[in-house]
Amino acid sequence: MIQFDAVHKRFPNGTTAVHDLTLRMPEGGVTVLVGSSGCGKTTTLRMINRMVEPTSGTIRVGGKDVQQQDAAELRRSIGYVIQQSGLFPHRTVLDNIATVPLLLGWGRRKARTKAAELLETVGLPAETGRRYPHQLSGGQQQRVGVARALAADPPVLLMDEPFGAVDPVVRTQLQDELLRLQKELSKTIVFVTHDIDEAVRLGDRIAVFRTGGHLVQCAPPDELLARPADDFVADFLGAERGLKLLSLRTLADVPQGPAPAGGTWTLVLDEARRPLHWAADDTRIPVRPLKDTDSLLSALNESVASPTGLVARVDADGVLTGVSSRDDIHEHAGQAHTEARVAA
Amino acid sequence: MTIDWSWMGDHTDDLTTLTISHLQAALTAVLLGVLISLPLAVIAHRIRPLRGFLLGLSNVLFTIPSIAIFVLLLPVSGLTRTTTVIGLTIYTLVVLLRNTVEGLDSVPTKTKEAAQAMGTRPLRTLLTVEFPLALPVIMAGVRIATVMSISLVSVATYIGDGGLGQLFTDGFQRNFPTPVIAGVVLTLLLAVVADALLVAVQYVLTPWRRRRA
Repeated sequence: MIQFDAVHKRFPNGTTAVHDLTLRMPEGGVTVLVGSSGCGKTTTLRMINRMVEPTSGTIRVGGKDVQQQDAAELRRSIGYVIQQSGLFPHRTVLDNIATVPLLLGWGRRKARTKAAELLETVGLPAETGRRYPHQLSGGQQQRVGVARALAADPPVLLMDEPFGAVDPVVRTQLQDELLRLQKELSKTIVFVTHDIDEAVRLGDRIAVFRTGGHLVQCAPPDELLARPADDFVADFLGAERGLKLLSLRTLADVPQGPAPAGGTWTLVLDEARRPLHWAADDTRIPVRPLKDTDSLLSALNESVASPTGLVARVDADGVLTGVSSRDDIHEHAGQAHTEARVAA
Repeated sequence: MTIDWSWMGDHTDDLTTLTISHLQAALTAVLLGVLISLPLAVIAHRIRPLRGFLLGLSNVLFTIPSIAIFVLLLPVSGLTRTTTVIGLTIYTLVVLLRNTVEGLDSVPTKTKEAAQAMGTRPLRTLLTVEFPLALPVIMAGVRIATVMSISLVSVATYIGDGGLGQLFTDGFQRNFPTPVIAGVVLTLLLAVVADALLVAVQYVLTPWRRRRA
């Protein structure tokens, strides 16, 4: 667990970056710090590994005051992923990943073996290891950045807008990878971003900061979306925050019935009973079948786009299990909101 | 202007000795220059107020005419090789210091911060991150300093040293062009070969710059 107690940071030029911050970041969870630029979220992150020293207050990692520890040794025990990866351009990918193990005195062979292992963990082919960072794509560099942070198996991972510089498609992939890794590794992750959608996707808890370094609200994503503390948070979450909440819920509980027989539109299946499209006379409209793990938001989207208002449901193999109606999806969407408000 | 090839044949030993002596003077000066400018550059890079002073000082030293430097050094070190080397070293400093400072400046802040955030201590960061990344700019300075020193050694003929420069005075005094031509050609050759070697050294030391994607 990471604990901030009455932490204040004023820079020499007089600006207050962080104002009286008291915050708990739970062990094994992802805490996302969000807010517009200049709100103190990066400063907060950097105080954890003493890249920035607080003016007053205490920060504890795993119960130990960071100010009482040697800065370099503390940093070796905390993984750090920087925006645009910050890889060492003069070292091969393998040697970049091996940085902290080498600093810890593991010896070159052991450090390289571990680095090669991590290359696989983050989904990069082994031959990437011999390359230099500039020979990699932005997304690949970011993966190497994550592997480098994980190399010495630190319990805590700090991530400063790590996916800010890659295109949206790659960004989504990297987010998925991070969630998959986190399932396996259960690190205590502190993640800084200004992208609220990224925060909702990744965060177990989201801390919203306001300019001047004030923490406005810290809550799990559904609570935040259902009950923003004030107008600032509500504005920050955006006009679609109701829909964002639905992105956190799956359609598993939405009832399904048999596909309609007769009527204008027919759901056409292939031999394996996998949905292909809706057909009426000579018109065909493509179908995007949904699994139980898909979100209520995608179900809502699909039901709006469907000519019958029906959403095709499939099992893990893509075989049709039934259809859900627009009304049922709507009803569940409404329930999701009610529940989130009550739970909060 | 004809070349007396028989003179060449009779003096191969002399020419070899002078070439080696010439090269020794130049290389010693560059080596000393590098050893002096590296720590000074680190100071100039880290401590902003000293930066202008150090770079300014090296500029001022550079503006002293080369003969004057040797003459000024005479009371200190006399008519010796030491005088030659000190004089040349002073000249290399202006290029070496400036390029080393610029090289260190060119290392991206993000990369230095990454090293710090991984738990690398400042000295190790300097040696394993900053110097390697500054190397291309530093090496550009070393190349200029080397070629410049090789051409400047001849000036030390005035204090009885000067390597291949002695051939110029010899030929000039006797109104006999062959040694002069031999001196010029050998000096040029030295400069070209030394520069090529430095390019090779840099190639070996910076593997990450070879295949630019």
